[in-house]
Amino acid sequence: MRRLLSLLLAAVIVASPALGQSQDDGFLAAIGELREASFQDKERIVERLSESGHASARPVLAAWLDDRLYVRPRDQKIFIVKSTDDSLASFDLVDPVSLKDAGSGTRDDLTKIGTNNHLRRQLKIAVARFDLSSSDTNVRLAAVQQMLRALDEPSIALLRKRIGLETDAAVKAEIETGLALVALDDSDPKVRLDGIAVLAHRLRPDVRNRLASLLEKSADGSFTEGDAGVRKAAAAAVRTIDRRRALYSGVETLFFGLSLGSVLVLIAIGLAITFGVMGVINMAHGELMMLGAYTVYVVQLAMPNHIGASVLVAIPTAFLVAGVAGVVLERTIIRFLYGRPLETLLATFGVSLVLQQLVRSIFSANNRAVETPAWMSGTLQLNEALAITFNRLYIVIFTMIVFAVVLIVLKHTRLGLDIRAVSQNRAMARAMGVRSEWVDAMTFGLGSGIAGVAGVALSQLTNVGPNLGQSYIIDSFMVVVFGGVGNLWGTLIGGMSMGIVNKLLEPYAGAVLGKIFVLVALILFIQRRPRGLFPQVGRAAEAQ
Amino acid sequence: MSRTRVVLTACVLAAGLAGFRTASAQGTIKVGVLHSLSGTMAISETTLKDTILMMVDDQNKKGGLLGKKLEAVVVDPASNWPLFAEKARQLLEKDQVAVVFGCWTSVSRKSVLPVFEKDNGLLFYPVQYEGEESSKNVIYTGAAPNQQAIPAVDYLMKDVGVKRWVLEGTDYVYPRTTNKILEAYLKAKGVKAEDISINYTPFGHSDWQTRVAAIKKFGSAGKKTAVVSTINGDANVPFYKELGNQKISAEDIPVVAFSVGEEELSGLDTKPLVGHLAAWNYFMSINTPANKTFIDRWHAYIKKPKRTTNDPMEAHYIGFNLWVKAVQKAGSTDVDKVLAALPGLEVPNLTGGMAKLLPNHHITKPVYIGEVRGDGQFDVVWKTTGTVPGDAWSDYLPGSKDIEADWVTLKCGNYNTKTKVCSGQSYK
Repeated sequence: MRRLLSLLLAAVIVASPALGQSQDDGFLAAIGELREASFQDKERIVERLSESGHASARPVLAAWLDDRLYVRPRDQKIFIVKSTDDSLASFDLVDPVSLKDAGSGTRDDLTKIGTNNHLRRQLKIAVARFDLSSSDTNVRLAAVQQMLRALDEPSIALLRKRIGLETDAAVKAEIETGLALVALDDSDPKVRLDGIAVLAHRLRPDVRNRLASLLEKSADGSFTEGDAGVRKAAAAAVRTIDRRRALYSGVETLFFGLSLGSVLVLIAIGLAITFGVMGVINMAHGELMMLGAYTVYVVQLAMPNHIGASVLVAIPTAFLVAGVAGVVLERTIIRFLYGRPLETLLATFGVSLVLQQLVRSIFSANNRAVETPAWMSGTLQLNEALAITFNRLYIVIFTMIVFAVVLIVLKHTRLGLDIRAVSQNRAMARAMGVRSEWVDAMTFGLGSGIAGVAGVALSQLTNVGPNLGQSYIIDSFMVVVFGGVGNLWGTLIGGMSMGIVNKLLEPYAGAVLGKIFVLVALILFIQRRPRGLFPQVGRAAEAQ
Repeated sequence: MSRTRVVLTACVLAAGLAGFRTASAQGTIKVGVLHSLSGTMAISETTLKDTILMMVDDQNKKGGLLGKKLEAVVVDPASNWPLFAEKARQLLEKDQVAVVFGCWTSVSRKSVLPVFEKDNGLLFYPVQYEGEESSKNVIYTGAAPNQQAIPAVDYLMKDVGVKRWVLEGTDYVYPRTTNKILEAYLKAKGVKAEDISINYTPFGHSDWQTRVAAIKKFGSAGKKTAVVSTINGDANVPFYKELGNQKISAEDIPVVAFSVGEEELSGLDTKPLVGHLAAWNYFMSINTPANKTFIDRWHAYIKKPKRTTNDPMEAHYIGFNLWVKAVQKAGSTDVDKVLAALPGLEVPNLTGGMAKLLPNHHITKPVYIGEVRGDGQFDVVWKTTGTVPGDAWSDYLPGSKDIEADWVTLKCGNYNTKTKVCSGQSYK
């Protein structure tokens, strides 16, 4: 109770100047003990700091949580550092009591005050209690959510105080959830019923589990919840929550399928052009994607301070790199092998090995670390039960854009017209004055460039290494064959449906079996419809 | 001095030198190194080759062994399992090496076993593995499951209070056997079947959305949940990334990994991994004088001050020192004499304590649990008091409970204590 009171004091009263000196001493003493503290000692120190009511308590706790709290062994003083950026030669130091600048120090001068999982959890809650009175709505919301993860007496008291002052609806709803959870422990059945009424509209799994626990029986066969009315209300609430969660989990699976599907489409669009339109079996397609992925790595090396923009810069760069590689490949090897699929297959397979060894020699056989920009990490929280990861969402959107651009190029530009003319009837196109050789090179370059762009997307999802291409080449051929050779829409529908079917199967069959089922289904499908979902029609296609 | 004379003298000198050179070649002890230097495993195994070359170098600086210089014979099995057997035969039959340090994956070890047993060679195997094996001709210096997996689970159960378990692995022999042992162990400790979820994904799996969502769901049942990961190599990066994206932090659902060490972390962005756990018998960050000397020597040898050291490197360090000690004790490099001398020998670990070779050809090891730091190193949060003796045959599997390996008194790698029969085969 004493703790609770002092904490309330800490939260409400700002340290008055009269108390200043003795408070500083106590605060400093608590921090000073951090030097030799074990993790258990540190946990007690966190409590002491957060109850101290000192104005610097929050900055110190927050710095500690971010690994910015250091001790200088030379004079045993504790400092907060402003930034832990590894590239800095020296750290700017801040005095933890006065929060004023205290010179700078080098890395070798300073020893970090470590944390572990348990301590970080405690620190997060301690910081959250301070943040509850922040003026920023999002900070308050995050603070309440953090406190709800482990509700204890001091947190409950703070939430009770806050709900009267809170103006934001979302924050208020979160606090209500927390208080309703507390209400379930009340001795008055009416209070418990009120709590259930609030919680029935929530989707959080811990709320559902708490409600479900009211329906359980204890060891002697009696219900843990004595009141039949409360049990009935809880059972109804659990049913509602389960139904709604099942719906959202279905939506989530659908999104997973779409996102896998869009990766499949993205890796297959380039192939749909080179294989579908030109009829070239390009086994080096995967390695062209790998080139795109390595381009992201190189671009990030070149602009280390603008990781956020680097991915955007890498898209056109990767298109050019892979596109030029494709044109060179076409001019030097493939054009001599038109109409000889087996030789093309073997030659491009050789090229793929050469490209792999090339990046091994340049970048080493180890995977390269490609950083994910801040705007691509994290989740879009749609509601308590449904969250969509940003990187997947952007890749779905990106695939749609790439698909639209390719479609426009093929349907509405001069190059597209030439490409279609040459692929449909080469001799006639030549007779009409189309430079078929140039068109071949450009078509192959376009397909390869798109492979490079797909590589940019893959660099955000998987490892950038010499084997990146190999792991996707089979998938991309599957999509093109399934969708129907030479048909872009077929590629889109084929890729998306394969992704969704795969993700629908995965929870039941596991990742390994799920993939096998999809393959078997695909083989059976190709047996029945050898030309895929959307076969090309017309005399030219029949003659091939 | 006439010109002919000069030529003659030169010839004699040259002949003498040549003769001396052959004499010294006969006077070396050959040490075989059987690690992939190309292919998928090259990333991990090249480091181990360099470790042995460094140890050989150091031993020669100390005056060699039994008055002879050591000579390393390096072959490249190229991550190709049948080629491992071929290269092993070449080392044993053609090069006549006294000892071989090598292999990483269990499948490569299984592939060379028949060769080592037929030619009576001696192999030091440095990687943590699934157990269920003890060969007369192999010394296992890596951890058996009871020296890594079981202590890690104990830590999570007792110190973190974990009640629900996800056993997530790559689909091959090591995760499958380890998870079978862990499942039996957890059930023996009273964990109900519905609180254990076991799942396998293929090598290089990159689309972790469904699995991570399933883990999240499994972990939201109100009991503290942890993931025990035997996910191998590459697939770890997208796995941890997806955990970060779906906002599963180490405080909520910690992941303890058995195949992620300093070497694996050195190539990736470790920020999303902070707080996740790894269980090993060695961490680079452990501050002991022996470890500091080893790291400094390694950096000087490899000429890259940022290279990391890791657990299998320490295993090779221990294995090499054990072999040197055994050869000195036996006074010979003859495999039978060395094998007779080995059991009972002790050499120091890099992190303190002694590694003792047991009659079952495994060694005693300390076990550490480390939390990933932002800089790709580990903070030790827990360790065993003293060392744990390696157990070749798990006590938690019905098939191997009664089997014992003892190459000193029983002279058998899989002696069944119930039926009192040694199956005669030293490997399965």
